[in-house]
Amino acid sequence: MAAAAKMDPMHQFTITPIGSDQLVASPFQFTNSALWMMIVLAAIILFMWGGTRRQLVPGRWQAAVEGLTGFVGDIAKQGIGPEGRRYLPWIFTAFVFILFSNWMGAMPFGIVPGAHPFTVTSQFSVTGVMSILSFAIVLGVGFWKHGLHFFSLFVPKGAPLGVKLFVAPIEFVSFMVRPFSLGLRPFVAMFAGHVLLEVFGNFVVQGLNAGSVLGWVISALCFVFIIFVNALELLVGGIQAYVFALLTALYINDAVNLH
Amino acid sequence: MDLASAQVIGAGLAAIGAGAAAAGVGSVFGNFLQGALRNPAAAPGQTTVLYIGFAAAELLGLMAFAVAMIILYAR
Repeated sequence: MAAAAKMDPMHQFTITPIGSDQLVASPFQFTNSALWMMIVLAAIILFMWGGTRRQLVPGRWQAAVEGLTGFVGDIAKQGIGPEGRRYLPWIFTAFVFILFSNWMGAMPFGIVPGAHPFTVTSQFSVTGVMSILSFAIVLGVGFWKHGLHFFSLFVPKGAPLGVKLFVAPIEFVSFMVRPFSLGLRPFVAMFAGHVLLEVFGNFVVQGLNAGSVLGWVISALCFVFIIFVNALELLVGGIQAYVFALLTALYINDAVNLH
Repeated sequence: MDLASAQVIGAGLAAIGAGAAAAGVGSVFGNFLQGALRNPAAAPGQTTVLYIGFAAAELLGLMAFAVAMIILYAR
């Protein structure tokens, strides 16, 4: 470790290509982001495979998987109603992917020399595409089910005409902001948390390198702080996945039931 | 003042919004806890609404973060 290493908390988010030297603007280059997406996918498959062996008496693993599916199923049922089951595949996919990639990014894989854990959801390109998918489902379902009547979503029912004219543009803007805000939420939560961890990790190293008792004390305090922030990061990762699934369900509910 | 220092100051000012969002999120959860302690039986049914309120309050803090980043890295 260099004595006066320059603090660079953004370095952990750089996308580096694997197997070649240069990052090119091509969708077919294998990067660390793609690698970690695959690791997350493998973890999800392992988790689901271990719990869906249809034992008559569920073991702990199957109980965990059933708890997860039941939890997400409740989100869909509460948000959309009896029709929620039809939209469960996407809600469940989004929830589990965000949850697993948030938590995989917070795992201490860095203690293995040479391993650089990468949080897939700390890139807006990933969460943004997921939120665009949610938005596309909302638009598709809305126009498929209601046709042009879908636009009545923006008009408050039973209000005087003046209020309608005033509220409809606001509702429209708030509707169009949804994909942006939906994708921004998990991205920023992960991004900011990891920057915070990196900054305080740097404080630990710099305190140890300072070589005084005060430096040691500061290092120890920062280390304890990192442990608590890591715990908070796990909580935030869970909450963000839940909020994404919940808001997706509510937005789909708007499209299915129109108020 | 050159552009770089103005950017750093602007990003710092934009980060005030994160503190304001902290007050908002605290208010959401605090008020929920107050209501839940008064009527614990009704609380479990309202957690969905709680998280919607949390998401709405938190979003504005995240917007502050996005604005800070845009200011900081704008060229």
